[in-house]
Amino acid sequence: MTEHTILALGSIVTAGLTIALGAFGAALGEGRIGAAGLDALARQPDEAGSITRNQFVALAMVESTAIFCLVIALVLLFANPMLG
Amino acid sequence: MTPRIFDDEVLGWLGPIPVTMTMVTSVAASLLVLAFALLASRAVRNRPGSRLAALGRITHRFLSDLVADSAGHPVPGLEPFAGTLFLFVVAATVIGQLPGLSAPTATLAATAALAVLVFLAVPVAGIRARGVRGYLAGYFRPNPLLFPLHVISELSRTLALALRLFGNMMSGQLVVAVIVALVGVLVPVPLMALDLLIGCLQAYIFTILASVYIGAASQLEEEGTS
Repeated sequence: MTEHTILALGSIVTAGLTIALGAFGAALGEGRIGAAGLDALARQPDEAGSITRNQFVALAMVESTAIFCLVIALVLLFANPMLG
Repeated sequence: MTPRIFDDEVLGWLGPIPVTMTMVTSVAASLLVLAFALLASRAVRNRPGSRLAALGRITHRFLSDLVADSAGHPVPGLEPFAGTLFLFVVAATVIGQLPGLSAPTATLAATAALAVLVFLAVPVAGIRARGVRGYLAGYFRPNPLLFPLHVISELSRTLALALRLFGNMMSGQLVVAVIVALVGVLVPVPLMALDLLIGCLQAYIFTILASVYIGAASQLEEEGTS
């Protein structure tokens, strides 16, 4: 295997691992946010507006870690500085 | 074929400056927002009973409530700023649904520009509300040792703001492109609807976060910021 092949192989495997682990963590976190939000809604239906708004913000914050992983995976695949 | 994810199609050159697809679409989005604002405000003034006037009032009410709730206290000039960000991101999402075009917010350059606007608006609002000394003192609040952390948090949240919007919009389009390549027409329509929903949600979140950051910077005394 040439050096280029090894680099490409490593990049592809790492890209897969990056998005897999990133999605894993974000999915766990988002599940907890969803559960906590529903719990809060069931306890305080009057506060639905504020709960939903804050829940969306929290979801977006957690989701952004998965998005960062996606961006890094795409950098590895399509804009890899090592592969030229 | 490699997809264009981090670079941009150059349409022509204006002297030394390349004119990219993103620039054209973001100007189109700005014009869309401008036209809507002009038409709606004229309708509110001249024909208060019309549907357009109602839409304008609903939009204004929604945005002012959103910004006021997120910032927690009135900040002069925040509502037009954050509201424009919201309308621009929504208009960009709508443009992204047109055939042959991609949303300007699906390129890192456009979202980075929006995030830099928020980054610059934070000290402006802070200095206006608390004065230069008061604003700078905020960096040394609970303890001077935390100064580097404050600076890092400002930079990293700007990066996060840009990457979040870019990643969401770009990944939506990437998924649609992959589905089109695999199965063909009509199948990606539900995904495009989801893309539209995500775009509006991201506009909402971008506005909330911008209001929260600017509101926290211009908060007077007491209570920790961030």
